[in-house]
Amino acid sequence: MSDYSLPNPGTIEAVVSDEPRGTLLETLHEWVITVDHKRLGILYILYSTFFLLVAGAEALFIRIQLAFPHNHFLSAQVYNRFFTMHGTTMVFLVGMPFLFGFGNYVVPLQIGARDMAFPRLNAFSFWLTAFGGLLLYYSFLGGGGLYGVGNAPDVGWFAYAPLTARSFSPGHATDYWALALIVSGFGTFGTAINIIATVVSMRCKGMTLMRMPLFTWLMLVVSMLTLVTITPLTAAQFMLLIDRYLGGHFFDTQAGGSSLIWIHFFWIFGHPEVYVLVLPAFAIANEIIPVFSRKAIFGYPAMVAASVGIMFVSLSVWAHHMFTVGMTSTSNAFFTLSTMLVGVPTGIKIFNWIATLWGGRIRFTTPMLFCIGFLFQFLIAGLTGIMLSVSPWDWQLHNSYFVIAHFHYVLVGAVVFCIFAALYFWYPKATGRLMNETLGKWHFWLFLIGFHITFDTMHFLGLLGMPRSIYTYQPDRGWNFLNLVVSLGGMVQGVAVLIFAYNFIASLFQGEIAGDDPWDAWTLEWTTSSPPPVYNFEEPPEVHSRRPLWDLKHPDDPDWEYEA
Amino acid sequence: MSTVSTRLPVRAAEWHLPYKGRVGMSALIAGESAIFTIFVVAYVFYLGKSVTGPRPSDVLEVPIIGTICLLSSSLTIWRAERAIEDDRMGSFTAWLGATIVLAITFLIGTASEWKKLIYQDGLTISTNLFGTTFYSLVGLHATHVVIGLALLSSAFLFSLFGRVDSRQSERFGAVALYWHFVDGVWVVVFSVVYLIGR
Amino acid sequence: MQAKRIGRLARFGSVAAWLWLTSSMLAQGPQRVPSTLAPASTPAHQIFDLSVFVVSITGGIFLVVGGLLAVALFRFRARKSDSLAEPAQIYGSTQIELAWTVIPVLIVVVLFLTTARIIFAIQDAPKPTAALDVTAIGHQFWWEFRYPKYGVVTANELHIPVSGNAASRPTFLTLTSADVNHSFWVPQLAGKTDLIANHINTMWLDPNTPGLYLGQCAQFCGTQHALMLLRVYVDTPEQFDAWIKSQQQPGRQDSAVAAGRKVFETQACMNCHTVSGTSATGRFGPDLTHLMSRATLASGAMDNTPENLREWIKSPDSFKRGALMPAMQLSDEQLDQVTAYLETLK
Repeated sequence: MSDYSLPNPGTIEAVVSDEPRGTLLETLHEWVITVDHKRLGILYILYSTFFLLVAGAEALFIRIQLAFPHNHFLSAQVYNRFFTMHGTTMVFLVGMPFLFGFGNYVVPLQIGARDMAFPRLNAFSFWLTAFGGLLLYYSFLGGGGLYGVGNAPDVGWFAYAPLTARSFSPGHATDYWALALIVSGFGTFGTAINIIATVVSMRCKGMTLMRMPLFTWLMLVVSMLTLVTITPLTAAQFMLLIDRYLGGHFFDTQAGGSSLIWIHFFWIFGHPEVYVLVLPAFAIANEIIPVFSRKAIFGYPAMVAASVGIMFVSLSVWAHHMFTVGMTSTSNAFFTLSTMLVGVPTGIKIFNWIATLWGGRIRFTTPMLFCIGFLFQFLIAGLTGIMLSVSPWDWQLHNSYFVIAHFHYVLVGAVVFCIFAALYFWYPKATGRLMNETLGKWHFWLFLIGFHITFDTMHFLGLLGMPRSIYTYQPDRGWNFLNLVVSLGGMVQGVAVLIFAYNFIASLFQGEIAGDDPWDAWTLEWTTSSPPPVYNFEEPPEVHSRRPLWDLKHPDDPDWEYEA
Repeated sequence: MSTVSTRLPVRAAEWHLPYKGRVGMSALIAGESAIFTIFVVAYVFYLGKSVTGPRPSDVLEVPIIGTICLLSSSLTIWRAERAIEDDRMGSFTAWLGATIVLAITFLIGTASEWKKLIYQDGLTISTNLFGTTFYSLVGLHATHVVIGLALLSSAFLFSLFGRVDSRQSERFGAVALYWHFVDGVWVVVFSVVYLIGR
Repeated sequence: MQAKRIGRLARFGSVAAWLWLTSSMLAQGPQRVPSTLAPASTPAHQIFDLSVFVVSITGGIFLVVGGLLAVALFRFRARKSDSLAEPAQIYGSTQIELAWTVIPVLIVVVLFLTTARIIFAIQDAPKPTAALDVTAIGHQFWWEFRYPKYGVVTANELHIPVSGNAASRPTFLTLTSADVNHSFWVPQLAGKTDLIANHINTMWLDPNTPGLYLGQCAQFCGTQHALMLLRVYVDTPEQFDAWIKSQQQPGRQDSAVAAGRKVFETQACMNCHTVSGTSATGRFGPDLTHLMSRATLASGAMDNTPENLREWIKSPDSFKRGALMPAMQLSDEQLDQVTAYLETLK
């Protein structure tokens, strides 16, 4: 019978390391060659923060162009490039790296491991992702090929064939799009393998599967989903390159090829991809909501089951993006049903979160505020998702601004809100300092207001018949005022993100010293120092319940007495 | 470090977790299976949709020898696995060598098949949909055989120089798992391309 | 009956809402909002009624769940007066969790059955013998409409007869594409259907009120996707018959514009455009036999006036950069001549 080998948080002084620093070059070199999961996690997050600003700027350009009818701020070609790059960047260079960055940083700490299962593969995956991003953006310089400079992919992030064929997309822009995503896709694939191996094989003593923190559980589920999600896209992009470079006919409608098969392949990737992005958001909420409600998560086994359920159901709903391509009525009915069924496990999650709040003592810190924003917005996004799953209505709403509004509710209202929550929540662990709460609250409220001005309004534009992907519109369609409102909301969000960027940098120098456990939380990452040492834990920890720190802080009332 | 003593659950079970290399390889195989599935679906979807010839039944011959070689290499690598676990290194090297010879025979078979298709039948990747899907699918599999061959050859070199022993048996197990996967995929590709699709 | 009344009320409410939403723009001239909330054809009506039902259910869910969330946040907020101890830890409850699994399943069943009925009602509707057949072909970036029974070919402006209670005459569209994917969407008449090469789709409309309905391409199809606009004229039966008659005439021959016709037929124009009754039989661009019967040029990018037409021929890029029509480098004189010729194609 061993003692608890966890350090007692009350007895360790909060110390911020003041080792002598190397020269700038040495420091840079250290970061480039690092295989430490914490540094790679930070690199992922910095990388995606950078691209968040880039793709956010692209969105603002798009909104300036659409603020007025017949606007000439951007030309048709530039607009098409911007919306393509905005979508591609946000999904592949912001969403996934952010979430895998958190996974990288937090998972080994939460399971009491020293590092990921394959540290060098981890570094390799990060640099693949990073170079994939650079390759995509290099297309602005090299995409025109021999014809000159200044081109980028302009086929939409969904890149429907045959628009991507050589005859409709000459030059190299589309090749950069495919190659960049293949490269970063392999990076993502590597990280997914790594997280699975880490969670399965590196857990500390006592951490059975049903004692893993929900964040780790969901990262495991996401990684398994990623394995079978990103790879179909890679396969389809290989086909596209075979068509473009070797004269293949996969998507060549002149030689009997089919556009539909690309659309199927893309959404076999594309829909589970939504869950690849949103499950980590759930994972973050699963950590933050209990801590600031001061209660254990309600219905832990149901949360795990619902996540695994979402994973499986999400693999059978892709064609709900294809209700207008002319499938049979039976297929349309099938995909309507399967899509609606996703609502059931998702509903369980929302109810469990509310039940976690119920009877708690809710502290409205910045990370918690973002999680609450997430709860409301995800509820609405889920309900508009039900509306879109009603295939006849989708014949109207598909490819309209209603869809744009819906998926931004998911990707911004849920995913980005949770990413911000996670940044505020784990920032003190990674840096040793807290982010400024006042600026954090400004950031939250401005972002929330801007978000609702923009995306609530977009729903109505869709109902009024405005299609997506258009660089201009006619002044007689009744869309003018609403578009102006949407654009103004975008600016408000821009300001909020700038406040965040300032806070993010300034707190590094001026932030309040955090200590090991600033939020009075319960998972293993809060037992080690902030920032954690390279080796993470002085001794390999051993756990007996889902909340090892709760057991430690409440020795008279430990969790393991209640867990089945 | 200060520790707190507290009430603890009585059960202190032994703590065994699966080998990470095997877990990682299984994950890799799951993802690779998805890639192959997409190519197989494309092949099946486009069966008989080519606008021009040649058609599969005109030009394809069933690669019996290559198939026998590749499938029996699963057996030889399984013998090599047993050998390294029991630390019979001579036997390990021999079975591994046999596996490599079988794999090379398979690749030679594929190469001569392609040569015939290209020079005699005039079927290239850009000829028609059949050419595109056939070379992509079979080529993707052959690429995996080449990668597997590289892994096996490096293990073979190490064992020739006596750098491998039973301590590496788990690692070699991961390589062998990959090889079994490559063989398993061939069963699917073979059935789809040479049996169903011909 | 009750449902019908609710549907009518909801329709009235939503029409009022979009009028209010767009009223600030009325100063800019007449508005023709292609709103899904103002249906004017059976498929659009059915979709609208279904959407009212779905909104009432999802709205109810939102009120209940959002309300619970708001109550939880308010009631259980941390207060200064709280004791330092943690609140009671509750790990779950099988009964409650079972309840909130079963209730959503029941809601899904109801929603699905209602939806499935409408899917089959719209998609598998039988085609009456009186139906009008039109083939729509998508091009980068314009629409080709062919009326096979009448031998009429036109572009960008679809004419169909009204299908009222007196005479039911729905229009069945056959949709395909000559190049990339497009999507046919006139929100007031029906949901959208994609136009895909090597893949024939169908849809139907039965508008009950004559008038002009706007729409546009709803699947990104390249540079000028935004200016691939669509106009559907719903004519009275008499108007429609007259229109078909006039469209069936070959291109008008007028010796006064022979010079322009010569330019048209000796420069590259005729490679892409058809004027029936002449040697111009190109199919890459719109059929120009009755160009002057159309209200707009370049798929709705501009009004059809002589000045616009001349500018468009001179430099398509200045209106619709990326459109596939090349600038033919005609001299001013040739431009005048060819414009004069096209102006006679009524």
